Amino acid sequence: MDILNAIVALLNFVVIPGAAYGAQLALGALGVTLVYGILRFSNFAHGDTMAFGTMATILITWWLQSMGVSLGPLPTALLALPFGILAAALLLLATDRGIYRFYRQRKAVPVIIVIVSTGVMFIYNGLVRFIIGVEDQNFLDGERFIISARDFKSMTGLDEGLALKTTQGITIVVAVIVVAVLFWFLNKTRTGKSMRAFSDNEDLALLSGINPERVVMVTWLIVAALATIAGVLYGLDKSFKPFTYFQLLLPIFASAIVGGLGNPLGAIAGGFVIAFSEVTVTYAWKKVLIYLMPESLEPSGLVQLMGTDYKFAVSFAILVIVLLFKPTGLFKGQSV
Amino acid sequence: MTQSMRAPLLFAFVAILFILEGTTNFWIFSGSWNTSLGILNMALISAIMALGVNLQWGYAGLFNIGIMGFVALGGLATVLVSMPPAPGAWAAGGAWQILLSLVMGAATIVAAVLVWSKMAKGRARNLTMLVLLVGGFFLFRFVFDGGVEFVEAITPASTGHIGGLNPGGDAYKDFGWLTIIAWPVGGLIAAGAAWVIGKTALGLRSDYLAIATLGIAEIVIAVLKNEDWLARGVKNINGLPRPVPYEIDLQGDPGFLERAASLGMDPTTASTIYVKLGYMVLFTIVLLILLWLAQRAYNSPWGRMMRAIRDNEVAAEAMGKDVTARHLQIFILGSAICGIAGAMMTTLDGQLTPTSYQPLRYTFLIWVMVIVGGSGNNFGAILGGFLIWWLWVQVEPIGLWLSETLTSGMAEDNWFRIRMLDASAHMRLFSMGLVLLLVLRFSPKGLLPEK
Repeated sequence: MDILNAIVALLNFVVIPGAAYGAQLALGALGVTLVYGILRFSNFAHGDTMAFGTMATILITWWLQSMGVSLGPLPTALLALPFGILAAALLLLATDRGIYRFYRQRKAVPVIIVIVSTGVMFIYNGLVRFIIGVEDQNFLDGERFIISARDFKSMTGLDEGLALKTTQGITIVVAVIVVAVLFWFLNKTRTGKSMRAFSDNEDLALLSGINPERVVMVTWLIVAALATIAGVLYGLDKSFKPFTYFQLLLPIFASAIVGGLGNPLGAIAGGFVIAFSEVTVTYAWKKVLIYLMPESLEPSGLVQLMGTDYKFAVSFAILVIVLLFKPTGLFKGQSV
Repeated sequence: MTQSMRAPLLFAFVAILFILEGTTNFWIFSGSWNTSLGILNMALISAIMALGVNLQWGYAGLFNIGIMGFVALGGLATVLVSMPPAPGAWAAGGAWQILLSLVMGAATIVAAVLVWSKMAKGRARNLTMLVLLVGGFFLFRFVFDGGVEFVEAITPASTGHIGGLNPGGDAYKDFGWLTIIAWPVGGLIAAGAAWVIGKTALGLRSDYLAIATLGIAEIVIAVLKNEDWLARGVKNINGLPRPVPYEIDLQGDPGFLERAASLGMDPTTASTIYVKLGYMVLFTIVLLILLWLAQRAYNSPWGRMMRAIRDNEVAAEAMGKDVTARHLQIFILGSAICGIAGAMMTTLDGQLTPTSYQPLRYTFLIWVMVIVGGSGNNFGAILGGFLIWWLWVQVEPIGLWLSETLTSGMAEDNWFRIRMLDASAHMRLFSMGLVLLLVLRFSPKGLLPEK
């Protein structure tokens, strides 16, 4: 019984939140890694792209809610998501046309484009703050739980409850669908194949008649979708605050680098590596250990390796370890 | 306009902006010398930060976006040097225990590095590393947690931290000159952090340094916010001593009052302006010293080598230059300058407030300064520091004025008008991003290009 309780506690506090957070990071890191693979720069505006797409989704959600539209048990935001993606896509395409294309055509060195992307980040950040403000915004509706802790306890008779939030369920389901569609697109369709060819060897791809502008456009569209979905899922699961999206930049980049920049599969693996390390290192293990250890050995402290405020330090530490020992990432990325 | 006239004219233009701020209250200007000097003092500090970043970016092409972290470390140095040791924390050994645990932590890491480099590759090495790191961590936490608990329990409402090196006790404010000692110390601490970052991230792609510095900056701020024993965390440290006299003492000094009266100023204004002028003189001296050093470095063989590396790493390496080592060197130097500026800023504020460190303000704004001013040109960086800081302060009144003008035809309670007036506070980020993009696109060399 104690072992079951320990497993349930572990699932409840580590595995489920870690999986949901990992899925969100993976989607964010996929966006970063695609931009890196195709456009060959680290996009520092990615966090704020997520914030912008989420903001658009929130505005549409509020409008739908005021019209009385709802999805029943599911959050209305899912209905507004396509419109949010559209808004983010328009913004990214306009940015590319107005800003990035100039540097691409002049073959500017990547670090200049990275600086340009920080300028873009400022502008997006300003836009988001201008339109929706800096405060926390709540846009979650529908059922809160798929299984609540109390139901689980009465169902199984265990002391520990297992809660599965609707947002966590949706995050995992949506992430699986998105990743499946993305990989199908990259591996099976003509456009996807030309994207991969462009990423592997730009000159050869150009020689074989691939239109670079089209590849870039499709990339931005995909990135807009990935960023908005990641942002909305994160916003539903936690909360929407423009500044936290900027701070997500570090774990997202860490995920992309750990997996190998430019490698989509690596981005997903990296997202889960970072998320689970963050959760396990900052979780107070006391509860689980009490069930597992004989009474005499029970821990007196919280058995927390690091405070939750240091979760950035965890992604950073993993990043440093990977940079020191395997700079190309776990899966072979493009860069050294 | 010839190149040689450009710099004096632009600096004269900036000077006029500050004089206008002091003399007229027309349009967005406040007409107060107090405000003008206040902006100027921060502009001097910003110019020093820009000088440091210019060293990294302009001389060597390194993209550091962790400036905030180095600035905050400088601020921490001011506290650690100029505050008195907290009564009780050292006497009963709690603070010593924390120090001991930190030494143990460092020893663990050094031992692990030694094991990694000296032992033969294989399972034995991995196992030793693992045992060493895990054991070291738990031992560190055991000693450390005890010390922290002890220190933080001592009068948590007023101190609850280890304090600093000020020998003055209750009269610690008489030791204001200690804050000036703290400036180079801030530089040293920042340099130490830069060494650690540089060791791991330099020699790889340029983006990796950017991400690593972004990370270390966030971590430094997290440590400052959460480690109450160090600098009281979010409870802030107030009342740092200062190297210039206090207004209240000046107002009680008959000699000063007499001179103020002879200039026709009331004592309050005269004392605040006197204090700000004092800071201005100190900051200007530091800026001039650093500028002189930076110029000397730029024109030396070392500076030429740096630029050769920046312009073509492969060729420089073929000529036998150790690119990674030179990069590490200049990265440390630039970060140290940011640390000095950070210590100066905390001295000027008289307090350390970890929550006030925002990356957009302390990292990206400095980047805008360097790029707008002219990367690679020290005078450009300083000009950018002055100009962009002035703009940063004034964008809000300009934005307010703009929204008021644009919506002046609307009713007082029109929602759009209210929204616009509210949102003018967020104009800063937007306008700074716009300035950065416009300069990068149309004048990538900046206002004062490198020769």
